Amino acid sequence: MTQYLLALYRDYAVPIPPEQTQQVWADVNALGGKLTDAGAFVFQGGMQGGPESATVVRQSGGDFLITDGPYSETKEHLAGFWIISAADLDEALEWAKLTAAAQQRPIEVRPFFDGDLDAALDAASDAR
Amino acid sequence: MAVEAVFRREYGRCVATLIRFLGDIDAAEEAVQDAFTAALARWPSDGQPLNPGAWIVTTARNRAIDRLRRESVRAERHAQAHLLYGAGARAGGDNAVAPEEETVPDDRLRLIFTCCHPALNQPAQIALTLRLLGGLETPEIARAFLVPEATMAQRIVRAKRKIRNTRVPYRVPAEAELPARLKPVLAVVYLIFNEGYAATTDSLMRLDLCAEAIRLARVLAELMPDEPEPQGLLGLLLLLHARSAARVTADGSLVRLADQDRRLWNRSLIAEGQAIVRACVQRGRPGPYQIQAAINAVHCVAPSFASTDWHAILTLYDQLHALTPTPVVALNRAVALAEVRGPAAGLAAVDDLHSSGLDSYYLFHATRADLLRRLGRSTEAAAAYAAARALTANPVEQAFLDTQRASVSRPNPARRVPDQR
Repeated sequence: MTQYLLALYRDYAVPIPPEQTQQVWADVNALGGKLTDAGAFVFQGGMQGGPESATVVRQSGGDFLITDGPYSETKEHLAGFWIISAADLDEALEWAKLTAAAQQRPIEVRPFFDGDLDAALDAASDAR
Repeated sequence: MAVEAVFRREYGRCVATLIRFLGDIDAAEEAVQDAFTAALARWPSDGQPLNPGAWIVTTARNRAIDRLRRESVRAERHAQAHLLYGAGARAGGDNAVAPEEETVPDDRLRLIFTCCHPALNQPAQIALTLRLLGGLETPEIARAFLVPEATMAQRIVRAKRKIRNTRVPYRVPAEAELPARLKPVLAVVYLIFNEGYAATTDSLMRLDLCAEAIRLARVLAELMPDEPEPQGLLGLLLLLHARSAARVTADGSLVRLADQDRRLWNRSLIAEGQAIVRACVQRGRPGPYQIQAAINAVHCVAPSFASTDWHAILTLYDQLHALTPTPVVALNRAVALAEVRGPAAGLAAVDDLHSSGLDSYYLFHATRADLLRRLGRSTEAAAAYAAARALTANPVEQAFLDTQRASVSRPNPARRVPDQR
């Protein structure tokens, strides 16, 4: 089994109507139950507040620099995520479909690093 | 048969089987290449085995096992991958003693669904399919798609890595997902063909893409006999390919369907394509590729452009448009409409498409230009030819459009019909 991140992004400048929030709340709870019953649930969480709640810590010289605001300079920010356990990508994508429907947003699916150093070195050298 | 010929014919099948056995694409490719190297050394003196494909699979498997034993760290990793892919369960226990006959027919089917997994982008799907199923070398694929070799190599490396890292499963999708999963597979084969077909000037390599696409379509049609769309795709490609000798003159300029010398069409490909279309019609489960095949079957039986059964073609385009209501289909339908009800009706249908995003499609302007010319509106026709000319990078198309444009600027233009390939 591999663990996958199902990440949820949103543009906080676009407000969500209260009816939608209620529907999402109910659907997300139901999905949590399904994941647990299937033994696929690992962890789930939603972010408190939007990008304004983010703080970035950077090592700078011998000190740390602490700045207000999100790290990535995009319109859409991480709003929440699920961590699930699945046999393969197809299984993870099936859960992602249900998640996208419950959250009413696109879901980004990414596998967790499996601890293989060769793979990590490959990926790191690829950027060059 | 030379080792090279065996390589072309058997590479995809062998790699597909070795991936199931090893659970890793790179390891499978390495093993199969090792086996072909061994064949080059041994077959000339020992003679070619009766079943060269089975010999390659057995040799590749033995070499892979040796390699795994030598490299224990990697062996562990492959064993892990193997377990994760669940291949062990399917192969029935100890793979080391699995008989060579164990080349299950759907190995290549598994491989093509992996290569065309929707988690990969389309250029990567195309490259992987040609590499793994077609057995084409990376530089060949790069040349065919006019990209630098390093770019193509990186595209393939990244795609393989995504398959490995995200654990794209090595399996044929279940019945319920098949229609959705089949779409990118058929699209990849069609695009490979189209890449070869659209390139009228380039090297033979580009023409090879058509042959390669037909080979892949045959594999799909053979391996999924119950699915009508792979049959439709094969029929379509055969019928298009049948006309290729008549599409280009000796000096490399483009000949439109209306002006083609139909004696140059390949009758045996047409017969095969038509038989497939007939079988599809009998089956009664139409789809976009089957309908396009049927349209081309109608063209192929017509003794001349004028005597083409345009009513049948228009009806087929109506069906196609109902299934895939895209502006390009609507444009082709308008061309058929012009033949049935005259250029004014055709032009009206084309002009309805103005706001549909076709403005940057050269065939939109080329089609308009031809209809305008047939209506005697020369000035507008010349402007439309110029618009089309600006939107294509293909020198053969450009030369063709220049000639057309020059001809509307002269008095008494010859009657021309819109471009239909």
